[in-house]
Formats: sequence, structure tokens, C-alpha cells
Amino acid sequence: MCLAVPALVKSIDGLEAEVDLGGVTRRTSLMLAPEAKVGDYVLLHAGYAISVLDQGEAEETLSILREMARATADGGA
Amino acid sequence: MTLADGFRDTELARGVLAGIRQASTRQVRLMEFCGGHTVAIMRHGIRQLLPPTIEMLSGPGCPVCVTDNSDLDKALALARLPGVILATFGDMLKVPGSRSSLQEARAEGADVRIVYSTLDALDIAGQNPACRVVFLGVGFETTAPTVAASVLQAAKGGVPNYYVLSMHKVCPPAIRAILDSGEVKVSGLICPGHVSAVAGSRAWDFIALDYGIPCVVSGFEPLDILQAVRMLVDQLEKGESRVEIAYRRGVTPDGNRRALEVMAQVFEPCPARWRGLGAVPGSGLRLRDAYRRFDAEAAFDFDPGPTVEPEGCICGEVLRAVRTPRDCGLFRTVCTPASPVGPCMVSSEGACAACYLYGAADE
Amino acid sequence: MSERILLAHGSGGRLAHDLIEKVLVKPLSNPLLDRLDDAAVLPGGGRLAFTTDSYVVQPMFFPGGDIGRLAVCGTVNDLSMVGATPLYLSLAFIIEEGLPLADLERVLVSVGDAAREAQVQIVTGDTKVVNQGSADGLFVNTSGLGRLAEGTEISGSGARPGDRVILSGTIGDHGIAVLSQREGIGFSTPLVSDCAPLNGLVAEMLQTGARVHAMRDPTRGGLATTLNEIAAQSKAGIRIEEEAIPVRREVQGACEMLGIDPLYVANEGKLVAMVHPEDAGAVLERMRRHRHGRDAAIIGEVRAEHPGRVVMKTALGASRIVDMLVGDPLPRIC
Repeated sequence: MCLAVPALVKSIDGLEAEVDLGGVTRRTSLMLAPEAKVGDYVLLHAGYAISVLDQGEAEETLSILREMARATADGGA
Repeated sequence: MTLADGFRDTELARGVLAGIRQASTRQVRLMEFCGGHTVAIMRHGIRQLLPPTIEMLSGPGCPVCVTDNSDLDKALALARLPGVILATFGDMLKVPGSRSSLQEARAEGADVRIVYSTLDALDIAGQNPACRVVFLGVGFETTAPTVAASVLQAAKGGVPNYYVLSMHKVCPPAIRAILDSGEVKVSGLICPGHVSAVAGSRAWDFIALDYGIPCVVSGFEPLDILQAVRMLVDQLEKGESRVEIAYRRGVTPDGNRRALEVMAQVFEPCPARWRGLGAVPGSGLRLRDAYRRFDAEAAFDFDPGPTVEPEGCICGEVLRAVRTPRDCGLFRTVCTPASPVGPCMVSSEGACAACYLYGAADE
Repeated sequence: MSERILLAHGSGGRLAHDLIEKVLVKPLSNPLLDRLDDAAVLPGGGRLAFTTDSYVVQPMFFPGGDIGRLAVCGTVNDLSMVGATPLYLSLAFIIEEGLPLADLERVLVSVGDAAREAQVQIVTGDTKVVNQGSADGLFVNTSGLGRLAEGTEISGSGARPGDRVILSGTIGDHGIAVLSQREGIGFSTPLVSDCAPLNGLVAEMLQTGARVHAMRDPTRGGLATTLNEIAAQSKAGIRIEEEAIPVRREVQGACEMLGIDPLYVANEGKLVAMVHPEDAGAVLERMRRHRHGRDAAIIGEVRAEHPGRVVMKTALGASRIVDMLVGDPLPRIC
């Protein structure tokens, strides 16, 4: 449940933002994530940003995943 | 390159899968209780790719599926009132109530409109001052704050013709009810990523503490789910039971404080009926007294009629993960996406619909 | 002339004649139509293909097209899918009283443009006006006649095990463009429909001499539904690869936001063809050189196993069933 997609904040006007989802842009409300800044990725759900995504954590997670995959390739955990 | 792309890397996914196969030695049952996870798992065929030591179960994670007939009947009764525009998320359109569905009501002349957001419902209210717009509030902690925000906005903007019919629910009490019933033996839980983005991973602490069951909060891309499975397997191999976050880019232990505040300002807990679980105390959300004027239940005089449950439908048991769709005598025979009997088949994330649409090709 | 269509415009009197002459015939003028006889008398003979379709799209105007363009392209494409050369179209309108004349004029300009692009002629037509509330603005029907070369046998039942499945381009463009225009789902950057006549592309494909066994344009219900139809008609199985299917970034983004699967979204300028494996390469190359086939790709194959079923190899390497669409794809939040 809870279809939410990452969207890039392109511009902000008060508590409204224009966000970009892989090429299409849409207005979204920042009432629930007022700390979002231009350049942030937010989780877009039903017309609202419900969370600001942490890009640093995204990178970190991808590293962890690469470790999980590499450990196997090396033949040991 | 969106933030999601990196988490769809198929090369990487195959590597992680290999890691899971290697790490998993004990027989375990992992349950997810989020329709989005149900669909993602089926769509990418993850079940097939996991080793036989890992069994995947689907719990009551679809807010559409757990909506009781009595609630849907209320929505139908309201939709049929003259001068009412019922605005709803698309998910609810075809869900059968005791006698009808919103889609059927629309065909009979009720003004039922699909919206993507409550913001659109507010626009409709503004454009139709002579009508009363009732928004059908369905969804868990991810969605309830957005509906609460719309009420605050209506209050601030002095919108006189906007109402909410709340059938919102919160997850933790229902999970507790399922675990307490002891019907299903679950080794580990895959926790919903977007509910957790709002509620925080702390919302699941009670599961590890009171039941000794490990929990991992997962995102929705294939790699997210595989990571969560691996983390659960690792905990289970070591006999641990902690709450961990795999979906670190979106979820923190405390969640979204602002969203929780907005939700608490407008809503308060109340008892709610869950399909399959019956009454679960403290699991529903209703509008607080301060916002009573927006509450469709208070503002309108309507009669939903007697509640009737469909014969032979075992949606309740499927939702509690004690039976699977294929156990149901109606599955694929009488009950299909074209003519659904129960909500598990109507909702695109219901276990039955997911199984029907995406079922393994070697079935 | 009045600004809006009135019931009188459909009644056969002076007002109706004015409308037909100035608004309907003028933009489409050709010797056959200009006669305005009760029926058009057509030259030639041979094997004929005949099709009909009605168009009720809402909204009438959308980025990349309108109901007029759709009405021409849809029928031209149906003829093309059996390998016929589209030649003549009929054009019938049912107009809701009160429709702005300017809208009707705009539609007719589109019809004329599309007909010229597709090199077909509108040779006969009809107009009716109904009471307000009895039609959703404008309903259009086009029927089309095309000619088949001797020996052309292209049918939904013709797919054979071993055939390659070729898709002419990106999926989901039209349906998402129309859906996003509807109430409440707007995007600031509009998504554009792919509405286009495919007879030129098909002519190129057939010119190679390739053995094209089956063809269809995946309109309502999307690629998934069309493949299921062909699998059922041909009593064969179809296997496709998720990674091979082209989808535009913007369409993918919009679909993800709305929770809709592009496989089930309508297309109005795409085709899927089942081609003999030895000829598939040459056909693909020729398609890619045509403006409506730039993104053409081989997305799978026809097989003897699981007849009537469509199976997809997911990006992760698992297999899953791709069923037909049930009902319209609805935006969801869950």
C-alpha cells in the first residue's frame, strides 16, 4: 500500500512545489515536509511530499547491497 | 537518473539473490503486510527466485482489502444523496459493498469522481459551491496525514462544502491482533516502507520486544525487498530479533514528526472494523470534535442499510495469512478481477488480484 | 453562422446544408466527396478490407491529437493491420446540441490533415445533432475500405511458434496523455499522445517481402491485452522480455506516480507484429528507418508452449504471467 514515488523538487512557492518525476512535472504540497529544499528528492504520495529522501543514505544502501553481492562472488560470506 | 534507478539494477539484484541463497539455511516464514510489497514481490517474481527455505506470506496490508462492508455501505449511501459529490481514490471504485459498488452507483447516476489527491477534491469543492463534496478517506498512516492536511486547508480557507468520511486505520494494533491470535507462525516481518516513513521504525519496536520477531523496514524496488529479506535471514540465522531499517533513504526511527502532528491534530484513535479481523480497538481514525463540522458521518443524514457478507468468500482468512488465494473455492472460478466477489480481488494490491494477474508462469 | 451547433443543424434544412458545405466538406474536399451523392461510387475491384470504429474520447482535444485525428488514424490502422492499403473512409458525426462551432471546425481541420498524412480520402459522411445530454460533446464513427494485394494473409490467428514479436515503439503514450488531461491528474509538462497513421510503416515492412504472420495495434487494453488476444486466436504462447520493451521516461514516471502499468495503457500509433524468425532482422531494420518505427524492438517470441498465455521474463530473471486488462487502468494511491 502507499504508492509513493521519489520526485525531484524543482521550485518552491510557499508550501507548494513543482516536482519532477523522470521528465514529467507536477505540483505537490509541502505541508507535511516543509523543510524540503530545491534539489531535494521527496516521496510523493497522493499529491503531498510525505518525506524528504536522504541521498547520502541512498548511496550508503547501494554500497551495502554491492557488498552483499560481492561477498557471494568471492565465494564466502 | 531518478533516485529509484539504482535500486533496479538487475546485475546487482542477481548478486544479492545469490547471497541470500547462500546465507539461508533455516526454514523461515516472512510476512509482509503492505499491498505495495505484495504487488512488487509478485510483479518481479521474487518468490520464484528465493530459495525454498524462505516462504513468503502476505498479511492485511491493503487498506482497500481491509475495508469492511459496513464502511463501504456508508460511502454508497452518501454518494446517492442528492447534491453530493463523492470524491475517492481510484482504488475504491470497484470494491463491492453489501449490495453495490461506487462504480455501479455512478452508473446509476451518483456523482462519484476519482481524484489523485485530496487537493483535487478541494478544487472540486471550490468549483461546485452548490454541491457538497465528501472525500472518502481510506488508507493507513501514509495517507491519513494528507487527508488531515486537506481538512486543515479547508478550515483555513473557509471551504464550506468539503467533508471527509474517514475509514482510515493504523497498522500496529492490527498486527498485534494477528500475532496474538497465534493463527499464523511468522518468523520475520517485512515492514511497510511508506507507513514507516511517516510513523517511524519505532512503530514496530513492540513486535521485536513483545513477540521476539525480527522486523526490517523495506522499500519497494526489487533491490529494497531483497535487501530486507537478506537482513531478516541474517537476524534469523543468528537468532536475533531487532527492528532494522533497510529503507534508510526514506525512513528514520522517529518518522515524519510534522506529518504525525498534522494527523494527530485532526484525527483521534477510535475502534475500527477490519475485514477478516473484526473489531480492533484503537485501530481507526476519526475526526476530532474541533473538526466535527468536516465529518461526513455527523453532517449528513443517511442510512447505509444492513451489512451483508458474501458467501464463500474467504478474504478475511487470506488477509490474516491463514489461507492463500488458491485455497479459495471462488478464486478464478467465480471470483475474478472482472467479477470480484471480495476486496482481495478488486484491489490491484489484494493478494488474490496479485496472484491472479501475476501468478507464476510455471503454476 | 451561429456560434454553437443547434438541433436545426441536423435537420436537413438550410442550416444543415450550410454546415455540411462550409464546415464538413470544405476541409476534406476531393472529387468523390464533392459530388455529395447519397453514396460514393468507387473505382476498381480486387480483395477488399473493411472496418469500422467509433470514437468517444474525452477530452476531445489532448496533447498530440484530438478526436478527429484519432478517428482517421484508428480506422487507417485497423486496415493496415491486415495488410490492406487504406483508401476510402466514411465519416459520421453525432453532435451534442450546444457544441461550439469552433470545436467542430477544429476537429475537421484535424481530420483533413490526418487524411492527407495517411493518403486516404473521406468520400461520404453523415451528421446528426442530438439533445443536450444525449451525447458527450461529439461522437465520431469512421468506416474504412482498403485493398489487399493477392496472397496477403495477415491475421491475429497467424502467429506461429518461432516468430519474433516486434514492437514498433514506446508504449503507454496515448492512454497516459489522455488520462492525465482528466480532472485532477494534471502534469505541468504535458504528456503527448502518439496518435499516428501506420500505413506508411506497414508498407515499408511488407516491401521487404518478409513473412509477417500477424499484426495488431495495441489500443485499448494496451500491449498486454493485444498479445493475449493474438495468443488466444493463434492458439500459441507468447514470451516477452520486460527489459526489451521501450517506454518513454516521462510515461514511466507518470505511470509510477499513478500506479498504472504501461503494459495496459492504450497506444494509438504503435503496432506489434509476429514475423518469421529469418525475416525479423530485415523488418526491424526497415522499421527503424521510418519515423513511426524509430524505437522498434524485438521484444519476444511466439512458442508452442502455454498456448493462449503470455509470459514475461522480468528484469530479475523470473517468469510471470501477463494477463489481459480487466476494466480501465485507474490511478491508485495504494
